[in-house]
Amino acid sequence: MDRTENIIELKNITKIFDDDGFTAVDNFNLEVKRGEFVTFLGPSGCGKTTTLRMIAGFDVPTSGDILLNGKSIIGLPPYKRPINTVFQRYALFPHMNIYNNIAFGLRQKKTPEEEIRRRVRKVLDLVDLEGFEGRSVSTLSGGQQQRIAIARALINEPEILLLDEPLGALDLKMRKEMQLELKAMHDKLGITFIYVTHDQEEALTMSDKIVVMNEGKTQQIGTPEDIYNEPATAFVADFIGESNIFSGVMTGKLRARFCGGEFLCVDDFPEGTHITAVVRPEDVEIVPAGTGIISGVVDSVIFKGMHYEITVLSGRNEMVIQTVNSARPGDRVGLRVDPENIHIIQAEDHTNSFPVDINSAHRLEYNGHTLDTSLTRIIKGSKRLENGSILDANGEVIDPARIRIQASIQPEDIEMTDDQDAGLVQGTISNLIYLGDHYSYVIHTELEQDFVVYDEDLWNMDDRVSLLMPVEKMTFTLRKK
Amino acid sequence: MHFSRKNLGIPYAVFLAVFVVAPLVVLLFYAFTNGQGQFTMENLTGFFTDPNALGTLFYSLLIAVVTTAVCLLIAYPTAYLLATSKLKNRTVIVMLFVMPMWINFSLRITALKEILTILEGNLAMHPFLNAVIGMTYDFLPFMILPIYTTISKLDGALREAAMDLGADRTRTFLEITLPLSLPGILSGVSMVFLPAMTNYVVLDMLYNSTYIMGSLIGSYFAAYNWHGGSMIALVLLCMICIFTLLTGGEDETARGGALL
Repeated sequence: MDRTENIIELKNITKIFDDDGFTAVDNFNLEVKRGEFVTFLGPSGCGKTTTLRMIAGFDVPTSGDILLNGKSIIGLPPYKRPINTVFQRYALFPHMNIYNNIAFGLRQKKTPEEEIRRRVRKVLDLVDLEGFEGRSVSTLSGGQQQRIAIARALINEPEILLLDEPLGALDLKMRKEMQLELKAMHDKLGITFIYVTHDQEEALTMSDKIVVMNEGKTQQIGTPEDIYNEPATAFVADFIGESNIFSGVMTGKLRARFCGGEFLCVDDFPEGTHITAVVRPEDVEIVPAGTGIISGVVDSVIFKGMHYEITVLSGRNEMVIQTVNSARPGDRVGLRVDPENIHIIQAEDHTNSFPVDINSAHRLEYNGHTLDTSLTRIIKGSKRLENGSILDANGEVIDPARIRIQASIQPEDIEMTDDQDAGLVQGTISNLIYLGDHYSYVIHTELEQDFVVYDEDLWNMDDRVSLLMPVEKMTFTLRKK
Repeated sequence: MHFSRKNLGIPYAVFLAVFVVAPLVVLLFYAFTNGQGQFTMENLTGFFTDPNALGTLFYSLLIAVVTTAVCLLIAYPTAYLLATSKLKNRTVIVMLFVMPMWINFSLRITALKEILTILEGNLAMHPFLNAVIGMTYDFLPFMILPIYTTISKLDGALREAAMDLGADRTRTFLEITLPLSLPGILSGVSMVFLPAMTNYVVLDMLYNSTYIMGSLIGSYFAAYNWHGGSMIALVLLCMICIFTLLTGGEDETARGGALL
């Protein structure tokens, strides 16, 4: 088999839905080699299923081209494409028995009944459901229906098999088994698989190549190892595996400042570059207080079987650590990370992002200052009850302990002042660079966070300033804990 | 007082006894007795040897079959288009089909009569045609609703799966959509066929001279021949029972009762 040839190419695919003008897929490019196992990975609504449906022919791209073996298939209806799909909820025909379900594709091609019978037996054998020909769909379990759906697609010997979250409806144990079986089937049959999932572990386990998508855009395309070890964007780092993600700035050659400390690293960016630093929890070492690069206090320790998950607070920064040695909450510890375990990504923009608190009155608070906004404005469709508690759009009570609010503000929207009590937070200028028409400052706050601020005036290094951050310039995002 | 859930069924049992079982018993009694109250099979043999009565039976059957067929031919494409279109306000359009049923029945038929009179002149010239038009007009919503409900509940992924497996639009319709909408069709057919078989008010109001089963029974009772009339009613009841059993096993949810 020729593994170097591209079986399918997606070129500048954009899909805008007519009815609401929503851009589901934005300038998507991908090449898939014959026999590859490619996974589209992303949160729901990222455009992965829409992309799959365009390959299958159910949706037509607004612009761009899809080439199958070098020829455009844009104008071909689904029934003329040598591509078959395993649907999310299986879509088995309820009025046909298993045999007729599986035979459906071959019957459309007028295959002789004798051959159909032989091939049905063969695929049923492949999915381990020999003798199920006469059963009706409704007597099958979810896992069995899943296998029949796979058999029904595979019997047509498609050039590409599309799988749309095929394991989503199965329980955990079944899912693990089916992952391995699907992978084995792929290796055995040599058919190109394009797989859609939101489960990063599934993607890492099965794929040759992963396409991470978010909001219709490709975030990164690479092998599972690449995606895990060298995430290209902060989104990928956050989505794949567990990570500590900090924004920071390069302070010298192979030196980066983030999380309230200066770390040595192996990624080379010019001094002053704004960066996102990614540190995996298993790569952080706990050392005696004072000997690490930063120090902090153990906030919580959770036993996870193979390891402990320890959260250390350093100022306002939170570092999650996975280690085999336990610690006690309240311990003062030092933290260090090897240079090669710090992954530095050039920041896409310089948005300052910081966590804010929810106080007992359900008001947002930062550094002891109440922000003049309310939870109801941040959470879509929510409303406040007389007793102060807040209901979400589904009418369920929102528990402030279970959510985390992240505020973000652009560097140009922050103002520095000498009047220490005027701003929300105070800090010292730890870095400044001139960017042609303005200066870009990094202010290290007393809460151990770094803020990027643009200002036309020149301030001095180590000046102590207070940051004025107008609440109407902030955007808030909600995260579940 | 001790009150078990069983007792809640008593009103229903009484209702059933008084309005269903008792009339049936009376019907059976009259059907198999003569004027002197003695048991006889004469009414039964009389019906099946009366060419007039048999002719009316077959004519009624014919009207019912044609009405059902016309309803189905109009309702299926309508329901299919409504259910598969991406129209945002399709429930409004479905309501438009149902709305005539909110208007008083005799008012509707009178309006239809006037329209038909304008179109045809003398209504007596086309008794069969008018019978079918009148009943189709009256029963069409009962055919559209169950079919519409069944098709809109069909999982769109099934059609996509069929196309994905190589079936073009026609074959997808014939092999997936049509068989899967069969419960709705059966429901609609029984909701149209049965009343079309017995209804004669529509025809009466259209000044229609067509004589169908309903009119036949009516005429027996008008002539105080309760025994003969009961037997015809019983025969009709048996036919309806057989028909219902044949189309049985239909999906109750397919009736679309929510919209009615």
